[in-house]
Amino acid sequence: MYTQEMLEAIKIVEQTRERRLKETFPRLKPEEKENLLRSYHPDYKPDATRLVKVGPNAGDKFTHEHADLLESRSMLDPDTFSLENIDFDVDVLVIGGGGAGTSAALLAQEAGASVLIATKLRHGDANTMMAEGGIQAADKENDSPAIHYLDVMGGGGFYNIPELVAALVKDAPLCIQWLESLGCMFSKFPDGTMHTIHGGGTSRKRMHFAHDYSGAEIMRTLRDEARNRGIPVIEFSPAVELIMDEYGQCAGAVLYNLETEQYLVVRAKTVIIATGGSGRLHIGGFPTTNHYGATADGIVMAYRAGARLIYLDATQFHPTGVAFPEQIVGQLVTEKVRGLGAQLVNVEGEQFIYPLETRDAVSSAIIRECKERQKGITTPSGMQGVWLDSPMIDIIHGKGTVERELPAMFRQYKRFNINMAEQPILVYPTLHYQNGGILINDRAETSIPNLYVAGEASGGVHGRNRLMGNSLLDIIVFGRRAGMNAAERAKSVKLGRLTLDHVKRYHEELKKEGLGQKVAPILLPDYRGKIS
Amino acid sequence: MAEEREMVNIYIMGKHYKVPYGLTIMKAMEYAGYRFIRGCGCRGGFCGACGTVYRKPGDFRLKVGLACQTVVEDGMYLTQIPFYPANKATYNLEELTPTLGTLLRYYPELTRCLGCNQCTRICPQELSVMDYMAAAQRGDIEKVAHMSFDCIMCGLCASRCPAETVQYNVAILARRLYGRHIAPRAQHLAKRVEEVKAGKFDEELDRLMKMDKEELQKLYNARDIEP
Repeated sequence: MYTQEMLEAIKIVEQTRERRLKETFPRLKPEEKENLLRSYHPDYKPDATRLVKVGPNAGDKFTHEHADLLESRSMLDPDTFSLENIDFDVDVLVIGGGGAGTSAALLAQEAGASVLIATKLRHGDANTMMAEGGIQAADKENDSPAIHYLDVMGGGGFYNIPELVAALVKDAPLCIQWLESLGCMFSKFPDGTMHTIHGGGTSRKRMHFAHDYSGAEIMRTLRDEARNRGIPVIEFSPAVELIMDEYGQCAGAVLYNLETEQYLVVRAKTVIIATGGSGRLHIGGFPTTNHYGATADGIVMAYRAGARLIYLDATQFHPTGVAFPEQIVGQLVTEKVRGLGAQLVNVEGEQFIYPLETRDAVSSAIIRECKERQKGITTPSGMQGVWLDSPMIDIIHGKGTVERELPAMFRQYKRFNINMAEQPILVYPTLHYQNGGILINDRAETSIPNLYVAGEASGGVHGRNRLMGNSLLDIIVFGRRAGMNAAERAKSVKLGRLTLDHVKRYHEELKKEGLGQKVAPILLPDYRGKIS
Repeated sequence: MAEEREMVNIYIMGKHYKVPYGLTIMKAMEYAGYRFIRGCGCRGGFCGACGTVYRKPGDFRLKVGLACQTVVEDGMYLTQIPFYPANKATYNLEELTPTLGTLLRYYPELTRCLGCNQCTRICPQELSVMDYMAAAQRGDIEKVAHMSFDCIMCGLCASRCPAETVQYNVAILARRLYGRHIAPRAQHLAKRVEEVKAGKFDEELDRLMKMDKEELQKLYNARDIEP
């Protein structure tokens, strides 16, 4: 429930609303955007990063939080850990039970492979489940994969790897059709035409959605399908190290059962890392929208095995995280709220940024409005935020739209006695997405033989800034590609003796630099005794 | 911060802790020293990992909430129900027909519903679970699909059901039947898929892929934006 002071502040927003309904804030010119990012985006803070000292990217810049993990030692002692007893022997091991991992598993099994999914929490505990806004695909008459390509490249600052972007936009319609055939309930018109809207940085309305449970709908559908097909899943058993063979091929992983605290050895002809992102590292001290297990495990394991990382220093801050109420600070307010017409407004009731600029730009503008121009609104706990004028949605589209189109958002606020259809909500940027990751090619292969990566753990497709709706797309496109290619490859793989020598070598490298005091992957954040 | 805050008493599985007022149950448990393995997933109200039941002193009623979305209150006696055994049918969606017969074939127990309404009362999403189960018994799959759409599959309904039905698994079967067999297919999508497969966009994409940053930037800045 809003405080009296906040209710007073809301009156100012209400006073300017009628005028603003007719007002379009000018879009940023390219050089304005560049300046805004350099001045206010957290990526550009000089003390946010450092050069990492070991591994394939030694000498490259990483956030301290990622560098800390890369400069940590393994949970395992490679000199004494035995790989003699193999607990599971499969064609394809999928590490991670989110959208990318489950897509990969489905496709690998279809291709005839024996598949095992190992996951840290439950099957489906992943950022996929929490994705609200939607999934992009150029499938309308006025759109094309080429236009989608241009939007993705521009959004990513033209740093994206062309072959990955081409794969993303070309597969997009196929992936939506695959999901439709699996019974995913996309929001449609009575004749079957998909509802599509804009996201930040899109030039066509190509965001498909399922109310604001888009990711949840996709995740539970894929999970149900995996269960129907009997794909085995080991829950609460994250991978903690990759296993290689004597020929330098990836050959499986060591899992750690969080409940029994026992290790399990999985031998696999091919391995797919689909471990997601790293929001729970709280990069830069930011709160996060991410699920509990987003701790960059796959990045750590692949790096030790020799895989190159790309753009991992580019962090995505979602412009609209909850700033009030305090209990849910940092949780996501979907971009769809702006897609439906809600404007961002400062303490004076004025707009300060076109609401559907790319996420990096909108986040930077909100930070500028609060920190530099002092036009934010202060909450009782001392946090700053700006208004997202959600009541505009019902005025523009008719009464009941918020409740119908944004049921999850509406419910989230109603639980704290805020009616977002009638009252604006307070937002501030929140840590949302890992733009970079393990470098892959358009077959989802890494530089390590038999090791594949799909989804948020991978890097290159989004450049330095992902557009809304391209993450759900990414996990399906590259999850499917990884699954198909890994299954195909598994048919001809001959594995040699299993080893952890790569870990031994990494430990030696750490020792030379005086590093390796900490252990990674960390698997779960630790909030004990704190107010997180 | 913590020192300034008003504290409340909660009882986690009967054990007393003092925690700051205003925290969610999840954050209060962490403040008390818990590090979750189960009972914590998305932390945002979407995954159904943290279903929690509690009572308050002097009130016989059993209350419910998601630990990540519910604020602690003084005197709360709580426990999480992170897992509840459930009957899950396996099926090949493609071969099914969206009929009452299909629902009954996989979940015959749904006719055992006593109409006690406990499922609706306990649902942390405030869905009308009993009503959608009634629709399921009539074979109104479309209605089940829409009414159950916001389900997060936390399993609390099944934990309370005297007829031993697993409402959320009936619901996902209905939703997938609806999405696959009842909702009309998107024609524009089918057409675009054919075009992609026929290679209609390959040449244009190849051209874009070969462009340097300056050329692309020029195109990007000049692109027209659908109003």
